[in-house]
Amino acid sequence: MTKRRWYWGESGRKDAQIFRKEMIKMKNEVLEGKIVRKGVIKMKKFVIIALSLVMLASLGTSCAKTTPTAKKPTLGLVISTLNNPFFVTLRDGAQKEAETSGVTLIVMDSQNDPAKEASNIEDLISRKVDAILINPTDSDAVVPSVKKANDANIPVLTIDRAANGGVVVSHIASDNVAGGKMAAEFLGKALHGKGKVVELQGIPGTSAARDRGTGFDTTMAQEFPDIQIIARQPADFDRAKALSVFENILTAQPKIDGVFAQNDEMVLGAIQAAEAAKRTGIIFVGYDAIDDAIKAIKEGKLAATIQQQPALMGKLAVETAVDVLNGKTVDKFIPVPVKLITKENVP
Amino acid sequence: MISTASLQGGANWKILLRKYGIVVSFFLLCLALSLASDRFLTWTNILNVLRQSSINGIIAVGMTFVILTAGIDLSVGSVLALTAVVTASLLQRNLPISLAIITGLALGAALGSVSGLLVSYLHLFPFIATLGLMTICRGLALTYTGGMPITTLPSSFDFIGAGSLGPIPIPIVIAAFVFLAGHFVLTHTNLGLRIYALGDNPVAARLSGIPVNKVILFVYALSGFLSALAGMILIGRLDSAAPTLGSGYEFDAIAAVVVGGTNLTGGEGNLFGTLIGVLFIGVLDNGLNFLNVSALWEGVVKGLVIAFALLMYRLVK
Repeated sequence: MTKRRWYWGESGRKDAQIFRKEMIKMKNEVLEGKIVRKGVIKMKKFVIIALSLVMLASLGTSCAKTTPTAKKPTLGLVISTLNNPFFVTLRDGAQKEAETSGVTLIVMDSQNDPAKEASNIEDLISRKVDAILINPTDSDAVVPSVKKANDANIPVLTIDRAANGGVVVSHIASDNVAGGKMAAEFLGKALHGKGKVVELQGIPGTSAARDRGTGFDTTMAQEFPDIQIIARQPADFDRAKALSVFENILTAQPKIDGVFAQNDEMVLGAIQAAEAAKRTGIIFVGYDAIDDAIKAIKEGKLAATIQQQPALMGKLAVETAVDVLNGKTVDKFIPVPVKLITKENVP
Repeated sequence: MISTASLQGGANWKILLRKYGIVVSFFLLCLALSLASDRFLTWTNILNVLRQSSINGIIAVGMTFVILTAGIDLSVGSVLALTAVVTASLLQRNLPISLAIITGLALGAALGSVSGLLVSYLHLFPFIATLGLMTICRGLALTYTGGMPITTLPSSFDFIGAGSLGPIPIPIVIAAFVFLAGHFVLTHTNLGLRIYALGDNPVAARLSGIPVNKVILFVYALSGFLSALAGMILIGRLDSAAPTLGSGYEFDAIAAVVVGGTNLTGGEGNLFGTLIGVLFIGVLDNGLNFLNVSALWEGVVKGLVIAFALLMYRLVK
């Protein structure tokens, strides 16, 4: 198009050039140490003051008690967001464990912002904490921060979401394989060991879909050989897709006795499809224990779901970190047990 | 082109294949599936496929209009999500159903107009403008709901997704009406003629006095409106609205339009082709579930079948 673009005129381009030059100049000055950002000075001063206070205090206490340990170990916990009940419970679990095992826990909220997360971790590094527990906002975005901590020789542990790089001492997350196994055992018993079962899978290739599926499939094959898995189809963890997919399976299969969906959204979609097609007598099992699923269990539409235990996750994370500080070798992956929710124990 | 080709006598079958190649592919697919499963060609399953395809169908009608002007609309899925969560929250606040629906549809048209304005008056590339709107609408939908799904809508709202008119489910009735109305506009009105002219040659269209900007604005507003309409049906079917609704719907709609023979460079295509394209993709999804194709292979099979169907009539062109 020959028409001149009004929003990118000559003057605009010049401004942009000047702006860019200024930015490069400033960057170089910062790198050469000519200017230091104000906030950094403040933070450094603050850290020095805080550290000396802490040291004084610990000196005082150690003198008073005359214990050999010079100072209480400090752990930093960086959480992706505290605007989510799951992570709030996780934090509470971690704090409780920190109190009982006598370590100081600094909790920081990244507010789901990778940039905030990076500066949180930088702060913890400059405060020289003994170990950093990270619940990353994003598996890739956290990698540079993990490497920075590695450079500072501070051990890093990840919680719930893994990091795709850097050296991580241990990863603490829900045991999805055990969850799939639990679902298979419940469904197998509910069907008295025989019948036709449909499995709705999550997004292919995700670790949740893989682990939940593996746990379910191997248990079904080993413990309930008379249960036939007649369809195994992906519905991408999505309620709308599960509705369509299960409609299709309902038409293709005249007899279905049980359904395991790898998350609750999908199981709720499947229940909707079964209700619309007026098919009854199907036992549904979901995963995640979201509010809607809890409600469906109370209404008797859903038989069971699997719940993660964030408080236990937080507790295990702090426990593992303390083990690391005490020089014990820890496993690369610490699985956090999950819990079966049925109408007997529905909250 | 058709007239010169028909003069060559024996080349007639090529024209036929090019024009109806996708129909042939579609019937071959249906034939293969009905041989593979005796429950495929049942009334229940036909209704199933039609009901599931109605949502993609309604979106694809808007997409056809946009693509005919040589544009593209990537924002349909996100517009669907935003209008769906807004409508659902209005319904939960006990607003009359008709008012909630009208607000949702108007919001859809308004959002479509935003990309229409960016494309027409501000000369942004359609790809960029609608990509921007796509991320903004998804973000707004997430912010508006705080990332949580809105559940338990008033039961009287279900009719739009789960109700039926005689033996025919309402979503199919609405989709059929949208297709017929769209076809009428494209073939029997001045506006339709202008859309084709604009897609064929924008400079010539401008020179011949067609209000190009207004036509572009209209097609994007229509696309937004129809996305919102599809959203209403979807939340009626699900009895809940999640901010993650409709992700990836733009690809299904574009695939349907392209499979239906509409040219991405504009000016060529029709809604009959889009209808076949939508049904093709609907039957394909249905068939993959019927044959219990492994999750890991599903994408490959789907892509190969679509590519094969397209090749069949691109080769003879």
